[in-house]
Amino acid sequence: MSKLDFDVPAKGGFSFDLCKRNDMLMKKGVQPPSYRKTGTTIVGLIFQDGVILGADTRATEGPIVCDKNCEKIHYMAPNIYCCGAGTAADTEAVTDMVSSQLQLHRYHTGRESRVITALTLLKSHLFNYQGYVQAALVLGGVDVTGPHLHTIYPHGSTDTLPFATMGSGSLAAMAVFESKYHEGLTRDEGIKLVTEAICSGIFNDLGSGSNVDVCVITKGHKEYLRNHLLPNPRSYVSAKGFSFSKKTEVLLTKVTPLKEKVEIIQAGEAMEE
Amino acid sequence: MNMVDSAQPFKTLLGPESDSQRTQYPYVTGTSVVGVKYKDGILMASDMGASYGSTLRYKSVERMKPIGKHSLLGASGEISDFQEILHYLDELILYDNMWDDGNSLGPKEVHSYLTRVMYNRRNKFNPFWNSLVLGGVKNGQKYLGTVSMIGVHFEDSHVATGFGNHLARPILREEWNENMSYEDGVKLLEKCMRVLLYRDRSAVNKIQIAKITEEGVTISRPYALKTFWEFNAFKNPTVGAEGSW
Repeated sequence: MSKLDFDVPAKGGFSFDLCKRNDMLMKKGVQPPSYRKTGTTIVGLIFQDGVILGADTRATEGPIVCDKNCEKIHYMAPNIYCCGAGTAADTEAVTDMVSSQLQLHRYHTGRESRVITALTLLKSHLFNYQGYVQAALVLGGVDVTGPHLHTIYPHGSTDTLPFATMGSGSLAAMAVFESKYHEGLTRDEGIKLVTEAICSGIFNDLGSGSNVDVCVITKGHKEYLRNHLLPNPRSYVSAKGFSFSKKTEVLLTKVTPLKEKVEIIQAGEAMEE
Repeated sequence: MNMVDSAQPFKTLLGPESDSQRTQYPYVTGTSVVGVKYKDGILMASDMGASYGSTLRYKSVERMKPIGKHSLLGASGEISDFQEILHYLDELILYDNMWDDGNSLGPKEVHSYLTRVMYNRRNKFNPFWNSLVLGGVKNGQKYLGTVSMIGVHFEDSHVATGFGNHLARPILREEWNENMSYEDGVKLLEKCMRVLLYRDRSAVNKIQIAKITEEGVTISRPYALKTFWEFNAFKNPTVGAEGSW
C-alpha cells in the first residue's frame, strides 16, 4: 500500500472542494452547465377510496425541453407511489434508494409498507443533506391505516394534506384544486380533477408540458395510467410524406419506419445469474 | 420616517448612483387586482389590504378608482405611487374637461397615457412601483388593459396583477367566456379572489367588486368571502402520521 501524500476527502456527504475553482471560472464568464430539472406540475389528492397522483411529463434543461415524455411518478412500494419535482437526478435517486430500503424492510417485517415509513426515510435523508438534494416530492399511498398524502420539501419538512401540488406549475394546479376540491370525490371525479389540475399546469406554466400521467391507488389495488391524456399531439406531420421541389427527378422512394417492430421470441428470465 | 433616514448613508456609498435617489423599494403595498370583460362592460375585483412589509397595516384601502367618465383604474404595488398616479390623472382629466369640446378621454387613451408615464419613469430608473389594471367602456366599446412598472402593457379579455397572474388567470382561461352576465362575472371573480385569499399571504378577507358600463362606475361596498376550513384532513392532519406536520 503506497503512502497517500494528498488529502483523502471526508467519507460520505458532499465535497465542496471545487467551489473555489467554480467561482473563479464563473468570474471569467464560463457558464456552469444547467441541471436537468423537472420544471413541473405534480399533484395528489385523497378521494373516497384512496389516493390519486398526477404529473406532467416535461423535463427541462434551462430553456430547452430535453425529454418530452419523462416519467415523474416513481414506484416506492406496491401500495405507495411518489411524484418528484426539482432536479431529475435527485428525485430519481432518492426515490429509488427509499424504494429499496422499503423492500428490505418488507422482507424484514413480513408486512406491507406504510406511507409514513417512506415519509420518514425520505425526510430524514433530505434533512441530512440540508436542502442540497433538490427533490420536492408528493408521496401518496394506501396502507393498513388508510389513505395518506404527504408533500416533502427539499429541506426535509413535510405536510399532510387532503390535496397537494408541487413544482413550478403548483400555483396553476392549486388554483384548480382550491376552487373545485370537496370531500367524498368518486374515482372518476378524482381523476377528472387531477387531470384538470395538471392541464392547468401544462397550459399556464412554461416549465410544464406534454402529457398527463395519473396513478390511482386504492386498498389492495393500484392503476398506473401512463399518458392518461395527451393534450399536445403532434398534428403537423404531413401524411403525404416528404415531397421534393418540382425540378427534382425522384428516382427511388423507400420508406423506413423509425420504430422497428421488435418480436419477443421468448419471455426471458429477468436477472438470471 | 426613521427607515428612510437610515437608508441615506447606504445610498451615498453606492458610488455614481449616490447623487440621485433612484433605486427604490416598495414600502406599503397592495396585492393582486383581477379584471374581466363581461357582456355589459368590465368587472374588476381587489381586496382592501395594504401591507407594510409583512404586517397587514391598512385594511380599508380602496385600490380601485374611477377615472373621468369612462374608465376605472385598479392598482397593486406601492400605494403612495398609486396616489401620485391618481394625482397626475386628475390633472389630465381636468385639462380634458377644460377643452369643453364634448369629447372625453376614453379608457384606451388613459391606458396609453399611463403606459407613457410608467415607461418614462422606468427609463429614468425611478419607476412607479405599481402594476395597473385599466378598464372602461366608451361608445359601446369595452376595453381592458394592464401596465406594469417597467412599462409592459397589453390589452386582453381578462387581466390580473401580481399573484393573480399565477392563481387567477389559469381559472379565467378555463372559465371565462365572451357573454357572461353580471352575476356570472361576479361569481367568477369571487372564485378567483377566494383562491387568492387562501394562497396569498398578503390578502385580506375584505373585497370590493367594481363594475363599469356605458352608464358609469359602481364600486361595491366592501364585503367578506365565505371560506371553508372544515376538511377532515385539516382538522386532524397527523392522524396516522405521527411526527409529521
